[in-house]
Amino acid sequence: MNRHPVHVKINGVDRDGYVEARKTLVDFIREDLELTGTHVGCEHGVCGACTVLVDGQAVRSCLMFAVQAEGCEIRTIEGMAGPDGELHPLQAAFRDNHSFQCGFCTPGFMMTAASLLEEGPLSEDALRHELSGNLCRCTGYQSIVAGVMDAFERVSDSTGEGGR
Amino acid sequence: MKPSAFEYHLAASTNEAVDLLAEHEGDAKVIAGGQSLVPLLALRLARVDHLVDVNRLNDLGEISANGRLRIGALTRHRTAERSTLVRQHSPLLADALTYIGHTAIRNRGTLGGSLAHADPAAELPATLLALDGEVEVRSARGTRTIAAGDLFTGFLSTSLEPDELLTGLSVPLWKPGAGWSVQEFARRSGDFAISGALTVLSVGADGLIDEARIALIGVAPTAVRATLAEQALVGQHPAEALWSSVSDAAVADLEPPSDLHGSSAYRKKLTSTLVRRSLAEAASRIGAAA
Ligand SMILES: Cc1cc2nc3c(=O)[nH]c(=O)nc-3n(C[C@H](O)[C@H](O)[C@H](O)COP(=O)(O)OP(=O)(O)OC[C@H]3O[C@@H](n4cnc5c(N)ncnc54)[C@H](O)[C@@H]3O)c2cc1C
Ligand code: FES
Ligand code: FES
Repeated sequence: MNRHPVHVKINGVDRDGYVEARKTLVDFIREDLELTGTHVGCEHGVCGACTVLVDGQAVRSCLMFAVQAEGCEIRTIEGMAGPDGELHPLQAAFRDNHSFQCGFCTPGFMMTAASLLEEGPLSEDALRHELSGNLCRCTGYQSIVAGVMDAFERVSDSTGEGGR
Repeated sequence: MKPSAFEYHLAASTNEAVDLLAEHEGDAKVIAGGQSLVPLLALRLARVDHLVDVNRLNDLGEISANGRLRIGALTRHRTAERSTLVRQHSPLLADALTYIGHTAIRNRGTLGGSLAHADPAAELPATLLALDGEVEVRSARGTRTIAAGDLFTGFLSTSLEPDELLTGLSVPLWKPGAGWSVQEFARRSGDFAISGALTVLSVGADGLIDEARIALIGVAPTAVRATLAEQALVGQHPAEALWSSVSDAAVADLEPPSDLHGSSAYRKKLTSTLVRRSLAEAASRIGAAA
């Protein structure tokens, strides 16, 4: 089978790969780029564990082939904390609100929430609707919603943005 | 790697895309958003020898409203859902889009992909049927348009030929003052609906209903129009009692499938309730600005 060269910028770093066309983006990220923070659950778009940001938008990395990401900017959970290890406000809020137990779903929730955070705060109802695309078998969701609401506050406190 | 191996072709132009489809006719499939195709490939419910990627064809992503609302096939659900042109000229379509999966799905999924996939529980085929829209199709042999009523031929089946690329869809501009409603029921938000009803209603100067459109999802191998119920509405005064009698008529002839989400009888009852609610909501929006 033919292989294809792929170049991506992932968490600010230029990386190259050489993949079979049928390799999904999530497998490329985990196996070739060795960034195993992005988890893979259902592999058909339902659970949200594999959510990453591609050119700023939350997408299911199990529903894209790696070749399709040629030239794209990708952000994963590994790109959340600062270079000195300082936690992103979402990470700090998740920690303080016990927003995870086993942690399997966390990278997916975190990247979904990161895309929401970029667009400004949401009401709790709207947030619950947005988060319904990610599954968690442990927490019962309450603490995840609390964590993201808390992160909205932390970010708007520091930028002075209003709600939407 | 879950899908079986295939040859990948990134089309640089629409011409190249249709040439590739012609060259590998029958062995090639288009990949747009991949939100339906990749799960099918991953579960090996489908296999392809050649995949033609149309994601870089930016000219298939345009939205315009000159005489008709026209939307390029590669327009992402999320883009169309946020478009003021779509909201203004087709509030039914704008609302229907928000019911598709979750934001991350809508960021990738395309309108053309949803129509070509033709899932009987999907919102867009039903919307196109309800609005008597059409699709534009192109192949190396030329172009043609297909009316919504001729597009959906069966479960996940359309009248598109294997060498044809869906390039866009169009619907008539919104009839001023018409009311609309999308009602559906799913176990979890973002799931495909168990069933649903999409409705448009308008009244003439005499206060009587002069146009009624009802499309149903999840009750047959394709989305369907409830023609008898539509006919029963025209010429009547909008009223609660009418919605109830017509909603029963709307499902009378249906033989919806039974599956683990619900029996045939349950689907029928559910659909009748959704039709009644959608008629009431559409009536309440008559005259409201889109
Ligand atoms: C978790 C999840 C939930 C979902 N929920 C819903 C829902 O509630 N409602 C709903 O309607 N959909 C739902 N979907 C499906 C989603 O809407 C898809 O985006 C859509 O059905 C297909 O669009 P696509 O661009 O992703 O097409 P693809 O997956 O790329 O293609 C689908 C099919 O269409 C063909 N095709 C695509 N584009 C063209 C073209 N331009 N010309 C010719 N053939 C073409 C492909 O060859 C393939 O056979 C869901 C998907 C997931 C993963
Ligand atoms: S692994 Fe991608 S959505 Fe479940
Ligand atoms: S914390 Fe275990 S799945 Fe969410």
